[in-house]
This record gives sequence, C-alpha cells and structure tokens, in this order.
Amino acid sequence: MLNTNLYMLQRITALIMAPLVLGHIAVMIYAARGGLSAAEILSRTQGSVWWMLFYGTFVAAVSIHAAIGLRVIVFEIFKLKGAGLVLFTWATFIGLAFLGFRAVYAVTIAGGGL
Amino acid sequence: MISPHRSHSLWFAFIAHRLSGLALAVFLPVHFYVLALVLTDASTLDGFLQWSKNPLVKFAEFGLVFLLGIHIFGGLRLLALEFLPWSPRQKTYAALAVAGAFILACGFLLSAVS
Repeated sequence: MLNTNLYMLQRITALIMAPLVLGHIAVMIYAARGGLSAAEILSRTQGSVWWMLFYGTFVAAVSIHAAIGLRVIVFEIFKLKGAGLVLFTWATFIGLAFLGFRAVYAVTIAGGGL
Repeated sequence: MISPHRSHSLWFAFIAHRLSGLALAVFLPVHFYVLALVLTDASTLDGFLQWSKNPLVKFAEFGLVFLLGIHIFGGLRLLALEFLPWSPRQKTYAALAVAGAFILACGFLLSAVS
C-alpha cells in the first residue's frame, strides 16, 4: 500500500541507483578477477572520499527502496496494515541503513585490524 | 492449474521484478554484515572470501548478479513506461479517447436539450 510520496520516493531512489548499480556491477566484474581479499578491497576503498560518497549514496537509496518494496509485499501477501505496516517499513529502513553505513564506514574510513 | 493471467508475459515481467527484488533485499543485510567484518574481524572476512572461491559459491554469486541485472533492467523498463514521453501513436490514441468522449457527451447533450 503506497501513498503518492512513497510511490515517488520509490521512483526517485530507483533513478538515483540506476547509474550506481551499473557502476557497482562494473566494479564487481573488475574486482572479482583473481579473487577478493580484505586487503585488496581496502586498498581500493580505504581513505577514498569518492567511494565513500558512491557507496554512502547507494546505501541511503537502497535502504529506502528495499523498505518500500518489502512494504508492498508484506501488505499484499500478509495483509499487514496500519501501525504494523508503518513499523515494519521503518524497522526495515533503519536496519538496512545501519548495517549499510557501518559497512561503508568499515571499508572507507576505519579499515579495521589491517 | 495455472491461472490464465499467469501465462501472460507481463505477469512474468512483474513476478521476475518482485522475486529478484525480494531476494536482493534478503541478501543485502548479509552482504553488509560480511563487509563490516573488516572492522571487527578481518581474518574471518579473509576466511569467508577464501570460501567464496568455491565453484558453488561462484555460481551463487552469478545468480545474485543475474538477479541484480533482472531487477535493474526490469526497473528501467518500468521507469521508461512511466516517465518517458509518449510516442506519436500513444498520443493519437489519447487524443482519440478524448475526442470519443466529447462526441459521446455531445450526443447526450443534443438529445437532452431537444
């Protein structure tokens, strides 16, 4: 169940992500050659403002997009509505955003134990 | 018995978009969690990346990239349908619909005032 704002938000986040997804696929194909390692991932991303912005934007958009998409599915399949549906949407958004920004922080700023 | 509407190609487009989106949304928290291992436990991440060199895991990754491809290209198709300008033929049909409605209403008015 979507109102106009959620509907538009779903389209806007899709438009934001379209080039990011294509970029991400290109990076995956490039980076997967010869296998991945933590050091190899970090050598590309650590300290890079551009990768932080790229994946930070991606995480923000995908958290919204996935929360709205799953909201439609649980409404249609499980008939969840009202406060429960609102709670589900926000919990999905906050959960994904938290995990996603933590991952972006880990590979661009922090770098962990390496 | 498959419902008749489920043999329509547009229904396949819909269900492919929905199922790929659902699968990607379920995959995302795992993806984020594993990346953030750089922060807390880089050796576990390297062990995981080593495990991912297994051919079966590579095939599963192929599946994920395929799902992402399905979702983005299906999504671009939806955005094109919703936001791109109409083709001349579509505009003709829209104009014909308005013209037909106008003729219908004129017919009503003529008979109502006579």
